[in-house]
This record gives sequence, C-alpha cells and structure tokens, in this order.
Amino acid sequence: MATNFIGKPKNRVDGRDKVTGTAKYTAEFHRPGLLHGVVVSGTIAKGRIKNIDTTAALRLEGVVEVFTHINTPKQAWLDLSYKDMDAPPGEPFRPLHNDKIQFNMQPVALVVAETLELAQYAATLVKVEYEVEEHRTKLADHLEDAIDGDGFRAGFVPPKSQGNFKKAFSNSEVQLDVEYFHGAEHHNPMEMHAATVFYEEDGSLTIYDKTQGVKNSQHYISMVFGLSKKKVRVLSPFVGGAFGSALRPQYQLFLATLAALELKRSVKVELTRPQMFSFGHRPITIQNLKLGASPDGKLKAISHKAFSETSRFEKYVENVVNWAAKLYDCDNIEQVYKLVRLDMYTPLDMRAPGGATGVYALESAMDELSYKLKMDPMELRLKNYSEEDKSEGKPFSTKTLRECFQKGAAKFGWEKRNPQPRSMKKGHDLIGWGMATGVWDAMQVPARAKAEFSADGTLTVGSATADIGTGTYTIMTQIAAETLGLPLEKVKANLGDSDLPFAFIEGGSSTAASVGSAVQKVCEKIAKKLLKEAGKIKDSPFKGANPEEVIFADEMITDKINPSISMSFAEIMESRELEKINKKYMLLPNMLKQNKYSRNTHSAVFAEVKVDEDLGTIKVNRIVSAIDGGRILNLKTAHSQILGGVVWGISMAVHEDSFMDHTFGRFINHDLSKYHISVNADMPEIDVVFVEEPDMVVSSVGAKGIGEIGMVGVAAAIGNAVFHATGKRVRSLPITQEKAMT
Amino acid sequence: MPEYNLNVNGQSFTVEAAADTPVLWVLRDHLRLVGTKYGCGIGQCGACTIHLDGKAQRSCLTPVSSVENAKITTIEGLSEDGSHPVQVAWKEADAPQCGYCQAGQIMTASSFLRENPAPSNEEIRKAMHGNICRCAAYNRIEKAVAMASEKLT
Repeated sequence: MATNFIGKPKNRVDGRDKVTGTAKYTAEFHRPGLLHGVVVSGTIAKGRIKNIDTTAALRLEGVVEVFTHINTPKQAWLDLSYKDMDAPPGEPFRPLHNDKIQFNMQPVALVVAETLELAQYAATLVKVEYEVEEHRTKLADHLEDAIDGDGFRAGFVPPKSQGNFKKAFSNSEVQLDVEYFHGAEHHNPMEMHAATVFYEEDGSLTIYDKTQGVKNSQHYISMVFGLSKKKVRVLSPFVGGAFGSALRPQYQLFLATLAALELKRSVKVELTRPQMFSFGHRPITIQNLKLGASPDGKLKAISHKAFSETSRFEKYVENVVNWAAKLYDCDNIEQVYKLVRLDMYTPLDMRAPGGATGVYALESAMDELSYKLKMDPMELRLKNYSEEDKSEGKPFSTKTLRECFQKGAAKFGWEKRNPQPRSMKKGHDLIGWGMATGVWDAMQVPARAKAEFSADGTLTVGSATADIGTGTYTIMTQIAAETLGLPLEKVKANLGDSDLPFAFIEGGSSTAASVGSAVQKVCEKIAKKLLKEAGKIKDSPFKGANPEEVIFADEMITDKINPSISMSFAEIMESRELEKINKKYMLLPNMLKQNKYSRNTHSAVFAEVKVDEDLGTIKVNRIVSAIDGGRILNLKTAHSQILGGVVWGISMAVHEDSFMDHTFGRFINHDLSKYHISVNADMPEIDVVFVEEPDMVVSSVGAKGIGEIGMVGVAAAIGNAVFHATGKRVRSLPITQEKAMT
Repeated sequence: MPEYNLNVNGQSFTVEAAADTPVLWVLRDHLRLVGTKYGCGIGQCGACTIHLDGKAQRSCLTPVSSVENAKITTIEGLSEDGSHPVQVAWKEADAPQCGYCQAGQIMTASSFLRENPAPSNEEIRKAMHGNICRCAAYNRIEKAVAMASEKLT
C-alpha cells in the first residue's frame, strides 16, 4: 500500500508540545545569571531628549546598567546595515541612536538588572526631559502633502493604470463614487516580542528571538554590530503568533544584543503588552472608488485611489489598489496610491497587508454598484469575471473562483436571499446577507533544505523557516514522509535555527510553496541515492533503474511493473554499509515559467449578520468561505488557517481599532481590555470549502499558500450584509453599534 | 524579602519574593514553570490561567502572598504525559495553532468541565470567552471542549 500523507487531516506534529506546556517560546529559555532588560518608552511623538537622568535607577543594588543614547557605543553608520529583508525604502529606525524622538513610545532607555521586578522598578526611576516639537499624526488632515506610494520592496507592485478611465467613466450609464475608511490595527500576537541573548564564553551569541525569519535577525545583528555570522546564531523553534509583526527585527532584538555585548553577559528583553503597540501597525487608509458600468452590469471603468500612512523615516508601501485588474474584466482601470508622512513608527505588514484593506473597499463598492444596477451582487461578479489578469495581460496559473462562487453560494443558501434591504427580519433582529470576493498572491521564493536519512530508518529534514502556528513543522513532515515513503513517526522536521539552510522570512503565504517544495526535492535526492545504492548490491534487481520505474513507499523501493520485486531501505543501508545519507537542495523558482502567468489565490465569502433594530448591536452569525488555494497539504491545519483568517476578517469588520489620541500622537487603547479582538462568544458558524486544483506553476507540491486568503474579502462581506440588514451603508471600519445606528 | 511555601503540582517549593509578586512570575522566573504564559498582565486574555484548588484563576493578578495555603496546578501538572481528556481532545481537534494561549485555554476548560461535565455549546462559549486566541481557533476550541466532555461523561 502506498503511503499517502499529503492532503490528509493529520494531527499537528507539535501538538503534544503545545498542549503540555513544553513548547518553549523566546522568553522561556534560561541559563543561570541571565539578566533582565526592561525598556523605557518615550512619552512624546516628536522632539528631542534634553536630559535623561539614570542615577536613581543605577543606585539600586542589582541594577547592572542603564543604556541610553548617551552611553550606547557607536554602531554601524550606514543605513544599509540596518536594512532587513522586509525593510521598505528609507532609513530604518535605530534604537538609542541619538537624542531624536521620531514616534511616541520610542524606546529611550534599557534598564538591565538581576531580576525582572527590579528592572521594572528601576525603569520607573529613569527621568527623561524632552524638548517637544509639534507633531502630526492624523492622516485625514494632511492629504495635501501626500507623496507617491512607490519604491522598491519585495512583493510590492507599483500601481499602474490601463486604458482611459476618465473617458470611460463619463461614458458610463451607471456611476458610483464613494469613499471608504478603516482604522489602524495592531497585530497583537499572544506572545510578546522578546529576545533572549546568551553570551557564550568565546564571545559568540546564541539568540532566541521572536521572529518569522531567523536568517533575517541573524543578518541584521551581524550587520549592525559588525559580527561575523559565525558568531551569531538565532533560534525561534516556536513563535507564539506573529501575523507579520515579526517579519522585521524589532527593537527588543537590538537592545538585548547591545546589552549582552556591552556587559558580556546573557540578557533577556521581553516587551509588555502596551509596548506591543509601539512598533508597526496596519496603516489607516482613506480610499476612493469610482465604478462605471453599463445598465446590464458590464464594468466599463474602475478607479481605485488610496491614501495611507507612513513614517517620516521609511516609506511603507503595500498593494492596496492593485486588485481590481486581477478580479475584473475591465479595460479602463486607474490605480492611484499615495502616502502621507506622519510622526509615527513605520507601519508594518499585517496579515494580508494591502489586500485586506484594498479589497474591503473594492468589494464594498461592487456591492453598492449591484444595488444601483438592481442586480444580484454575485451575478455582478460573474458578469465581470476575469479569465485573465488584465493588468499584466497574462492567464492565471490556476483559478477556481467560479466554482468557489457556486459551491459557497450553495452551502450558504444564497438563492433564497431577498435582495431588498431590511426584508429579512427575525424578532428584534434585522438579518442581512452579504458576499464578497477575496484575492491574494500565490508566491514562491527561493528556499534551501537539507535532509539526512539514517540507517535506523529515520529521516531528518531542515530549513531555516518558521512555524508561527501555520503548521510548517507538520507539512514539512508530511511532504518528506510522502516523498520518501516513510511513516510520519520516522520523520523529524527542524526549523527556526539560523544554522539550517536558508529560507526567506515566513510571510505573504509563501512558505508552503517554497519550503514545502524544497523539502520535497531534497527527499527526492535521498530517494535517488537510495536507488543508486540498491543498484550496487550484488545481483540487484534495481541495477541501473530510474526513479520513474520504482515506487518509494512503506520504507521500501518497489518495482512499478512487478511489485513482487522490492528492497527495504534498511536492507540497502545495511548491505551498502551506510550510516547516513545527506543531501541538500536549493529551490529557485522557475521564473521563466512562472512569469507567463498571474499567480493568485481567491475566495468567495458569504456572511450573515444579525443587527438588533433597537440597539444596533451587530452579531456575525454565519460565514461561508470558499477557497481557491491550490492543493491543500493538510486538511486539518489548512482548515484552521482559514478559520483564523475569517475570524481576523470579522474582527477587522466589527471590533479592532487602534485609537490614536492626536493630542499626544499616541495609540491610547494599548492593552487587551480596550483593544477589542474577537473572542469565543463572538464566534459564528464558519464553513470552509476548499475548491482544490493543484497549481504546478506556483510549486511542485501544487500548493498556493493560504495564510492570508482566508481573511481577504471577509470585512466587505460583513459590511455588505450589514447594509442588507439595515439599509444603511457604513463606509468605515470597524462597523460599531453607533455607526450602524446613526 | 519574605519567603513563601508553595504547593505546585503536588510538590513543595520555597520561594523568596516580594509579597505582591504575581504568581505568574513566580512560576515563570522562580520555578521555571514556563507553560503558564504572560499575555496582558491585567486579567483580560486568560493566557496565565492556572488552577487554585482546582478552580481556574488568573495568575497575573494573583499575588504570591495569597496562595500559600492553596494547591496550585499548572499545565505541567495537569497530567503527567499529556493524557488529560482535554489535552487529548485539544490535539485531535487541532485547537492549538501557535500554541501560546493554549495552556490557559486548557486550564480554563478543564476546570469548567469539572464543574459542568456535560455543557451545551452556549455554555462552552460563555465559559471560554475570557481566553483570547489570536490565531482564532475558537470554533475548534469549542469543538475540543465538547469532545473532552464526551470522554469525561
């Protein structure tokens, strides 16, 4: 019987560690003598530090040092040295670099002490005097100062227009011109950002960092502190959620490393929950959508403009306005993306960056257009369904969105919908049904992997990628077991260690397609080697055999034509007196092939909401999410990924809002009591439907990556359902009670 | 610094700590029982949930001076080998994604099921709503509690 693991709903291989409390996260590694660092956060948005007094803190017994911009030794001076793999264009922030304050809650000092409690207390004794300068933090007030959203950044596609929007729009019989807004959000993974730096006897560093890319953190530390990579090892075996927050090395890493190098001792720095609001957020956007159509619903013209936020020192760019050309067959599309420089930290990629927000506005506008046209919203989408990506003039590698509409609608019961708003009432509740489309990129990036097969029949595979809860350990194990024909228990996957072969930061839904394929390929090399060795055994039936002529399954090589001819791996290893077989593989995406296609995931999202007619309270009652995500590698972990994405969409639609007090230029609801996140009691029934089609252009495992697509489109579907329930169009997220009522 | 005698997972420990030190940090920093997590520090997320005499409590808000006479159970002491019905159900239902909030979720669920071994779905949601899971595995957590309840009854 052939083993078959890929696609099966296998239990997470690290599940046991995670339910027994034995999985160790960054701040949980310990050695005797480990010092605790506590960060002092600044309290103004812009200006300079006039004076910083650390004497009271230093006077306490057990306080080892207080680092400020004054006593911090010179680091690398080139901006380039501070650039990480995810850095946007600009000059990266340098902690404790000088007296300049560039954003509120900027780290201004690190107090290092023998215990956490002492460091916390000493941090309250550090007195900072500021020279305050006028700041600006409100996007809407400075649109006239906007600059173009351009520049080079991995994954960013500068918007480009096509056709003649103006003419086509003015010639459109049906026109829509609307503006959308959504608030800022913070990632808030449950685990705080932390770095534990062990100072080794030879002066090298072993660093546990909360990161989505150990190689990125290693590169950063080595460049900034001028250390050879051999002297810096970064590990992150478990990451307690990240959602983009750990794509870039954050200041805890810099500060803990600085202290360890200066003191020649091991130091841990763990941020607090309020400090999790001090770096990087999903930036606010103000978006204008203009849609022009003929009376039968054919889109003639689309304009998508967005204003968004960035810092003074970096130009954070994401793909906000690029999606209409992928989703809709329309010849005249205008895309405009502008940024306003504000006195805040640089925004940061947050689950489906750009897509979650851009598609929210686009798909809300499509819903508004459907009412103008008196057309079913799904019908309107199907009418303008894109068979190819108009912006690039390329076909899609795979696209099952049409089936997603069909299957999702059937599951939801969409055909029973009464199109009239406020027509579906139950007691006090107005019931609304809405739908939307989602789209995201299917990326493959370079990745390396290694594998070691031992005479005892076990296989170890490794790549310096991350598992941020996505299931990377599990799919690596499944792919390896499947490729070589081993039981899952005999495969061990390693990741989160910079000593392992290179992998890119785990982001943008690229890991399954990239690392997954590298693991598959390296296991194929092991298989090939086993076959070759088998052929060398005296009177071997596999002499000169090709891998295509045999099957690797059940820890044996078996002839495809004559299954009675087989040889066990153990027999081969023993006869050939082999202890280990080691192989490495470097996966480089086949750009020639990939560039012929547009590569995307898609979704069709259907939502039911209940809105209390008297109180305006909104309850998301039911979601159906039909996903075009290529081949699904593990039905269980994939389902979890989509569930999570859907809940993120719900949370964005009706809960999350990082509220900035512009008087201080500071996010003021910076804890988990005032920053609302969906909880168990908010949960609707969620149905996930996978419409699978292996995408062999994106990856040799057929996967397209599904970390983000579950979220995209959800907020629009909910907003559209709220309109259907109430007849009131709320063009601002989150849709709170008062917005739904007034 | 005062000393406190604590009973944690059936073992006795003596720790030296300020009276108002949260049990969370005594567990994590003094006893190296790091399964109990810091998530917010203000009793809002549930990641630090432990059992005091079998009842779920937030350890981030519980001062060490108040627990000398209590039996403290952490995730490390819930079962010897991960075989508690809640842990088994958790694995099977794929409740943990990143895993960070899960100790708190499991401690809340196991205490809840002891009091109410056969809850309705509504009761499960109510009982679990104080434990935030940012990966948002809520539907699977609900399912896992129901699965564990079947095994317990």
